[in-house]
Amino acid sequence: MANELVVELPDNDKVLDAQTVKQDFPIFKEVGQDPFVYLDSAASAQRPSKVLEAMDSYYHTTHANVHRGVYRVAEQATNLYEEARSHLGRFLGAPKPELEIVFTKNATEAFNLFAHGYGRKILGPNDVVLLTKMEHHANIVPWMILREQIGFEIRFIDIDAEGQLVLDNIEQQLKGVKILGVTMASNVLGTLNPIKQLTEYAHQEGAIVIADGAQYSPHLPTNLQVLGVDAYCITGHKMLGPTGIGALWARTSILEEMYPFLGGGEMIRNVTTEGFTTNDIPHKFEAGTPPIAEAVGLSAALTYLEEIGLENIRAHELSLTSYAMEQLHERLGSEIKIFGPENPSARSGVISFELKDVHPHDVSQILDQEGVCVRAGHHCAKPLMTSLNVPATARASFYLYNTESDVDSLVSALVKTVEFFR
Amino acid sequence: MSGLEDLYREIILDHYKNPRNHGTLPTPPAVMEQGYNPLCGDEVRVYLLIEDEELKDIRIEGQGCSISRSSASLMTTAVKGKPLSEVRRAVKTFKKMMALEEDSDLYGEEIIPFEPINERTVGELIALQGVVKFPVRIKCATLPWNTLVQALESAVQS
Repeated sequence: MANELVVELPDNDKVLDAQTVKQDFPIFKEVGQDPFVYLDSAASAQRPSKVLEAMDSYYHTTHANVHRGVYRVAEQATNLYEEARSHLGRFLGAPKPELEIVFTKNATEAFNLFAHGYGRKILGPNDVVLLTKMEHHANIVPWMILREQIGFEIRFIDIDAEGQLVLDNIEQQLKGVKILGVTMASNVLGTLNPIKQLTEYAHQEGAIVIADGAQYSPHLPTNLQVLGVDAYCITGHKMLGPTGIGALWARTSILEEMYPFLGGGEMIRNVTTEGFTTNDIPHKFEAGTPPIAEAVGLSAALTYLEEIGLENIRAHELSLTSYAMEQLHERLGSEIKIFGPENPSARSGVISFELKDVHPHDVSQILDQEGVCVRAGHHCAKPLMTSLNVPATARASFYLYNTESDVDSLVSALVKTVEFFR
Repeated sequence: MSGLEDLYREIILDHYKNPRNHGTLPTPPAVMEQGYNPLCGDEVRVYLLIEDEELKDIRIEGQGCSISRSSASLMTTAVKGKPLSEVRRAVKTFKKMMALEEDSDLYGEEIIPFEPINERTVGELIALQGVVKFPVRIKCATLPWNTLVQALESAVQS
């Protein structure tokens, strides 16, 4: 299945200058470690001063609880919070954010909200949920928890040797499926999945599609209207925003239908000793005081990303990934195995690999001595590790502040690692 | 690469590349327990053959990083052929070396005073002492030992 999600890339001279971008991120000056080669943005990105300043300014000048007070500061706080929701809607190409975006703690909570709010509503014991073997645990375990209560079947779309979904018989695989959960971009392999086409197939079979955008929307332009999916999850801290905020976007009709998930203040219309009635969407799903400063920070992060341009970020990461793959093959040869698609355009800026006879944990330890931060482990994707037949991988991931010099540091440190264990 | 020598002592790399007592034992008469480190996906299977309160034989297999595998290999050489009381003492001493064990007693027996940790008292295991400086790796080093404890417990129960 061809991936139609081709991004129009800018000319070379318009692509961002990562060295300049880096200056906007205080951690690269203040971390107290030199060198600090941060190649773990797929786990969590760093944030620019503008995000920190926006949150600081909010706490200094505006803070009050939202949707409650009638006084001026409370109204300002509410406006900022709701403006962040609208902003996220514009960023994702979602036309009705005020009805369709629920703020959550992170993407994991968004998946749990969808599974327990919507899955619990529509799934019965004879139904099927179709996932893929490259899903993050966040899009697997909530379904398994729900399965224990309801008893439906969970199936997995397989992956091939290059880390692409096996979709030859997709129509057959979708038979009887009520919900398809699929990641836009694998957090391990970097594989960019053909979500638009998959969604069309799923809709023909009457299935609802939830896509995991946690590894996609920080790096490539997102347009939910073009994608056609029914629900979508993101997390703020992977897209230059603060920790503690994420979002579930879902069609109005789905949110209307969903059971409430977390109960408490804000999500109710009325409570008596007999029972409660729920608030309107999306507030029905935002129980308790929400992450207000985090929403302000997320909005500032989106502004920063928009000013640089997602097309530029994609072009930059693509060129870094190509350079890294080339260098890794050239200088490490048969000592390294890179997982996922060989063609850099078919993947995001994520490279998982293993060194011959060196465990990823040892790789990561020795890289740390060289100031290079990579992730080692199963990346919360154990079914994928089983498919790849490895206990763990090491993973380097790039973002807009990474430079070719960062890649050089990685490659040199890996060469040293190989020599150390020889 | 300064600092790394503390972690990756030569003896550790040797046991990593040439693990001692690697393999399996038929169960029964041996007992087998499996241990996992969810952080890194490491797994280890420990086989114990116990006769007359003595650890007659021990074998280990699994997959893991250099620290967990060398720790497993060093462990087998430290406990093989020893009376169970000494095996238990070795576990406690090792855990103390990893800064995990104070005066608590794993087995409900009387508290055994620790010997000082040095090459005379722990032998080659001293090579693992540097792991303490790398807190994330302590779990790697202790995985085979915790699995040994589980296997001892299931041997007692069976």
